[in-house]
Amino acid sequence: MKIPIARICILTIFIISLNDVSMGQEVSLISIDQMNKRIADGKDTTYVINFWATWCLPCVKELPHFEKLNTEGSQVKVKVLLVSVDYLSKLNEAVIPYVKSRKLKSEVFLLNEKDQQQYIDRIDKNWSGTIPATLFIKKDQRKFEEKEFTYGELLFVIHSIK
Amino acid sequence: MKKLIAIILTLICYNLQAQVTTLTAGQPAPDFNLKNVDNKDISFASFSDAKGYLLVFTCNTCPVSKAYEQRIIDLNNKFASAGYPVIAVNPNDPDASRGDSFEKMQDLAKSKKYPFPYLYDNGQTITNLYGARNTPHLFIVSKTDKGNMIVYTGAIDNDPEETNGSATKYAEQVISALIKGEKPSLTSTKAIGCTVKRRAR
Repeated sequence: MKIPIARICILTIFIISLNDVSMGQEVSLISIDQMNKRIADGKDTTYVINFWATWCLPCVKELPHFEKLNTEGSQVKVKVLLVSVDYLSKLNEAVIPYVKSRKLKSEVFLLNEKDQQQYIDRIDKNWSGTIPATLFIKKDQRKFEEKEFTYGELLFVIHSIK
Repeated sequence: MKKLIAIILTLICYNLQAQVTTLTAGQPAPDFNLKNVDNKDISFASFSDAKGYLLVFTCNTCPVSKAYEQRIIDLNNKFASAGYPVIAVNPNDPDASRGDSFEKMQDLAKSKKYPFPYLYDNGQTITNLYGARNTPHLFIVSKTDKGNMIVYTGAIDNDPEETNGSATKYAEQVISALIKGEKPSLTSTKAIGCTVKRRAR
């Protein structure tokens, strides 16, 4: 009888893990207008909007720092939005599998804008288009940084605009 | 106290990230003398018949650079004979990006049969002088009475994935204008790209 029990265990674990995957984070499309509306509705929340891509090594390296902002208690109300600038065609092929495999807890979006000449400037005039880049917004205060962050630096910026 | 030190350290490190200023159209294009993958030094003067140059900061490792490898070769094949050769410079520090060592650059140039120089920027001097921020970052240079002048900075085209049949080929537009003796109407564009990998200080 030992073997079937072991099998059942393995099968159960398999089903649980499958279930876990299917319950993984979704990735929605977001336009800049939608993003701006979301921020405007956020009132006293500090938005930390990270622009990244699955192909960008420094980006995926710093994602855990943004993830950590969700779990760490802080006096400041922080909302992390991870906005991927991967190509639209890579949504099912790369972005969703990546988000699921890393079990990302933050809200993840894929930027639904076609023209880089327009959207780069609309996000920030000083952005060269290089990623990673991060936008910090609270009400009318905003800070844009085209750089790779450490966790300490993220906290520093968040507290500097509170 | 520890927290205070941590904050101060963060502040210092934060400000250490040098702000790079990118040269723009209308400014002189600084000359350079950099080692090519064949170990010979290359400068603007190496191309005595050139009327201008497509100076492109690109690398081995960035997926966007890889997507543009063939297009950069095609640009050289199309415009070198008209007096506008491609000169590629790898802006990444090999300690910060191991795949961008001089040896790896030699391998890539050989495997892709680069018909243009692929230069190693020791110490990132020229990269910082031009203020190259991402890869690929193109600077189109025109030889004038006043010397080598930058006429365009930015992207090669607006179609990184090559899915758009009606893409705007910025580099081709600018070079075509120069060949006709016109002033290019387009002087700068932006594009999503990889950061230049700088040495940690």
